[in-house]
Amino acid sequence: MTNSWTDIRNTDLVVIMGGNAAEAHPCGFKWVTEAKANRGAKLIVVDPRFNRSASVADFYAPIRQGTDIAFLLGLINYCMLNDKVQWDYVKTFTNASFLVKEGFTYRDGLFTGYDEQKRDYDRATWEYEIGPDGYAAVDETLQHPRSVWTLLKQHVAMYTPELVERICGTPRDKFLAVAQMVSECSSPTKTMTSMYALGWTQHSKGSQNIRTMAMLQLILGNIGVRGGGMNALRGHSNIQGLTDVGLLSNSLPGYMNLATDREPDLAAYMSTRGFRPLRPNQTSYWQNYRKFLVSFLKSMWGPAATAQNDFGFDWLPKLDVPNYDILRAFELMKQGKMTAYLCQGFNPLQAFPNKAKLVEGLSKLKLLVVMDPLETETARFWENHGIYNDVDTAAIQTEVIQLPTTCFAEDEGALVNSGRWLQWHWPGGTPPGEAQPDTWIMAQIHLRLKALYRTEGGAFPDPILNLHWPYKDPGLPTPEELTKEMNGYIVADVPDPADPAKKLLEAGKQVANFGQLRDDGSTACGCWIFAGSFTEAGNMMARRDNADPDDTGAYPNWSFSWPANRRILYNRASADINGKPWDPSRKLLEWDGQRWTGYDVPDIAPNAKPRDVGPFIMNAEGVGRLFARGMMRDGPFPVHYEPFESPVANVIAPKVRGNPVARVFADDFAQFADVASPEFPYAATSYRLTEHFHYWTKNNHVNAVLQPEFFVEISEELAKEKGVAKGGWVRVWSKRGSVFAKAVVTKRIKPMICDGKTIHIVGIPIHWGFVGAAKKGFPANVLTPFVGDANIETPEFKAFLVNLEASTGPASV
Amino acid sequence: MFPPIPNPPVAPTSPGFSDKDLIRRSASSVPAPATRQTEVAKLIDVSKCIGCKACQAACIEWNDTHQAIGVNVGVYDNPADLTPEMFTLMRFSEWENPQTNNLEWLIRKDGCMHCEDPGCLKACPAPGAIVQYANGIVDFVHDNCIGCGYCVKGCPFDIPRISKVDHKAYKCTLCSDRVAVGQGPACQKACPTQAIVFGTKDEMKEWADFRIKDLKSRGFENAGLYDPPGVGGTHVMYVLHHADKPEIYANLPRNPTISPLVELWKGVGKYVGLGVMGLAAAAAVVHHLVAGANRVSPEDEANAEKLTEGRHS
Repeated sequence: MTNSWTDIRNTDLVVIMGGNAAEAHPCGFKWVTEAKANRGAKLIVVDPRFNRSASVADFYAPIRQGTDIAFLLGLINYCMLNDKVQWDYVKTFTNASFLVKEGFTYRDGLFTGYDEQKRDYDRATWEYEIGPDGYAAVDETLQHPRSVWTLLKQHVAMYTPELVERICGTPRDKFLAVAQMVSECSSPTKTMTSMYALGWTQHSKGSQNIRTMAMLQLILGNIGVRGGGMNALRGHSNIQGLTDVGLLSNSLPGYMNLATDREPDLAAYMSTRGFRPLRPNQTSYWQNYRKFLVSFLKSMWGPAATAQNDFGFDWLPKLDVPNYDILRAFELMKQGKMTAYLCQGFNPLQAFPNKAKLVEGLSKLKLLVVMDPLETETARFWENHGIYNDVDTAAIQTEVIQLPTTCFAEDEGALVNSGRWLQWHWPGGTPPGEAQPDTWIMAQIHLRLKALYRTEGGAFPDPILNLHWPYKDPGLPTPEELTKEMNGYIVADVPDPADPAKKLLEAGKQVANFGQLRDDGSTACGCWIFAGSFTEAGNMMARRDNADPDDTGAYPNWSFSWPANRRILYNRASADINGKPWDPSRKLLEWDGQRWTGYDVPDIAPNAKPRDVGPFIMNAEGVGRLFARGMMRDGPFPVHYEPFESPVANVIAPKVRGNPVARVFADDFAQFADVASPEFPYAATSYRLTEHFHYWTKNNHVNAVLQPEFFVEISEELAKEKGVAKGGWVRVWSKRGSVFAKAVVTKRIKPMICDGKTIHIVGIPIHWGFVGAAKKGFPANVLTPFVGDANIETPEFKAFLVNLEASTGPASV
Repeated sequence: MFPPIPNPPVAPTSPGFSDKDLIRRSASSVPAPATRQTEVAKLIDVSKCIGCKACQAACIEWNDTHQAIGVNVGVYDNPADLTPEMFTLMRFSEWENPQTNNLEWLIRKDGCMHCEDPGCLKACPAPGAIVQYANGIVDFVHDNCIGCGYCVKGCPFDIPRISKVDHKAYKCTLCSDRVAVGQGPACQKACPTQAIVFGTKDEMKEWADFRIKDLKSRGFENAGLYDPPGVGGTHVMYVLHHADKPEIYANLPRNPTISPLVELWKGVGKYVGLGVMGLAAAAAVVHHLVAGANRVSPEDEANAEKLTEGRHS
């Protein structure tokens, strides 16, 4: 989230699209009810289903799953055509005025540089024109034919309300009602918040779904302000922490990235990470990248990381492919190229697409280690559970080791919530049986590996042998030790340049903030964005002061919000070019002539003059990007692409199938239903229910009582057509598998008309499996396609094709 | 935000009310003094409810009930009805508003309304099996319950359920044990959106006014409070967006009243009734000892049939 959960109460308009906050985030949703009850805020829900969020919305508009970009570009077009633009914000705080290189074009769904064979672009033209001064060229009138604003206007012009209706199935009047409400938030004194979740990420163009809304929010001037922002509602309590500490296969902590094998040394790696400002005076904060990286390497390898050995850069893995995401992992298992899998706090047999392929992959492993507090389907993939897991146990040779872990309620430590708050928590219970904390297990594996390398040697022992392991009990690093390491500490005294007799930094102390980090090895920091969370003043994450001066929703002394305890990112954009708040009643920061003051930690140097330095300090331009340059694999502007399994052809680019640069493995392509397939005529989507949390709570009796049995949801119209009774059995199948489910027949799902064709929607909740207290049932991933987002490989769970028939149910029930 | 009820102190406190603070007692009189306490109420704001069922989970946990895992019968309501182990239930109704042509998904938390004039208590033949505390809470005293089911028949909201395990009547207690020590009911504590709030009845009415104003500003011109006078008002009230049509909320009765036969029975027929009750109670004890099941006399059964008019299926 750019903002925080508590800030949502400051909004005037909540748009829930690509998520279902009331259903999946009921506790956070309280801030929506607060905004509604106390500010008279309105709530819009745009979703294929009239869901729990819609039940308390002021306005609901239906949309066919997988068409959000068309809808959002339609909104941008509406705002541009109707002068509903926060002009002062757009002109000064976005790249609307920047000129794009000559040669950049878009035609028929594709941008310049497409290579069909590689399913990739040469992105050379997706860049700014650089002027003779070495900076990006701009036209402050926005009139230049190659200004971002002109190009965007042309790009979105086709997304009229009529086209939106044709693609999305949203009736024109409903779309226009949403557009009218949204566009009102272009006023500097009205803000809109976007609350989204997996409804946007789980598409082959998930990143672009989110980007399109971010662009709209920039045009409305809603980024960096109270009650505004792009607010990703994370699906697990600590999934924000997962990305923060760099657990994705191509990430390093603090949103740095792993080197590729074309970057053999630190100099080569840093050569593309200079982040030279693209406009005069701009901060371009990533210019400090080397400080964060070297401090990270120092935290990894301690005294062994020296300037002479590039601080151990060689000991980091180098990527030979863009990433080793989970889809690729299972593809490699299937091909027999990955033979051991360490599965920590994760149930991929339920959580990743195409269960049959997952079982095939796991069955070819030599070793599977599962670390989990609960029994999982993954750990039991080899057990035959009749129709629910019909495997030939005797034929599976995988050795499976289950290591029971403690659960969050038995651990001490910090979780990072959606709003970037690192909240410390204390154990509420004693772990049962042989359960051990994950940290103990990882430490034990490390120590044993180290011993093996010492005694037996190996191809490349250095990264393991040199790993800095300074913990009091090497077998069990404490949460305090680990979080202090992430915060960072001073390795060697740094004298004060003004007075060499004094120390600027004193060895052994915790760093106070990431501003103290250095690239000469005198500081160590496990995750630079967490700097400030555990300082000499103590554990900031454990703070529990709920005072909120002037009721701004900031709660500055409750836990620690990364970065630098900042509650709202880009908060300098809450004030105009002269540093005056756009909305005095929602003041966040103000320029007092000398420095930035206000309710939040400024997201800019405190003395940076407002007219000189732009608010988006992480961007080399200093402004927000309406044009993404080459940062997105699938285009600098978003384009409407259909899902890979789509009930209709893409009306704006009929030749383009799915996202043209999404990676698809050959065998998986063969398992996609054809576009508009008569064999698989229904548009399916999968989702969570309030009563359950993923695949965990089916182990709990009470949750199982509240939603006992697997079901699918269909419209009354489809039920009638197929002779399905409410509460009766249906069989649902895709090109990858077949399930039996109870039928919830509902008015909340209605057939949609898209491009003249009636589309029936089938809703499939995800929570059942063959382990747990609830009735045995099928997980949705029996049906879902094995393809991910073009940028980050999140699977396309939200839009695929199925067929459905009335059934007498599984014979064995 | 309605001010949250603070957590209880760590040191034990004496309860705010107990069985000495009764204003009504089934089939018997209340020992003096029976002074009225400040009336409490739970307010359920249907317009803020997201149907998350946290209230149901909290109810199961606090009351330590053991509802069996059921099946899906084609709706979100789980279990499909109130049971002796499930004292509250989200009932989901899909209603197409003829004025706007918009679908509305109305989610009402069903459970005991804690009537000021409780039909269950009036119908109850077992002395002291149903009591009303001086703050308005209506509670079942299971030691005194004979499981005859008259409370079911006397209830205009069809709430109590008879256990097949111990043959006693069960329903929401409004967490009288929690309220006695200054807490709100478990469902209120668990509700993430403050769709359930708890306080004095006056506070709840005032808060309801605030909510109704907001709803009217959003075009729900018939928004209002459900506090039906036919049962003397209730200690569980609803804010409804369409207070003129309570029946669209899973058949919430428009004008709930106690069956006139119950009134008759407890009025003119009181002494006759009490005699019958005595026999019934004795019979129940004997039956319980012999057969393990609770029965009442044929006359009672006949009376009950008349009372129910087939409303409890």
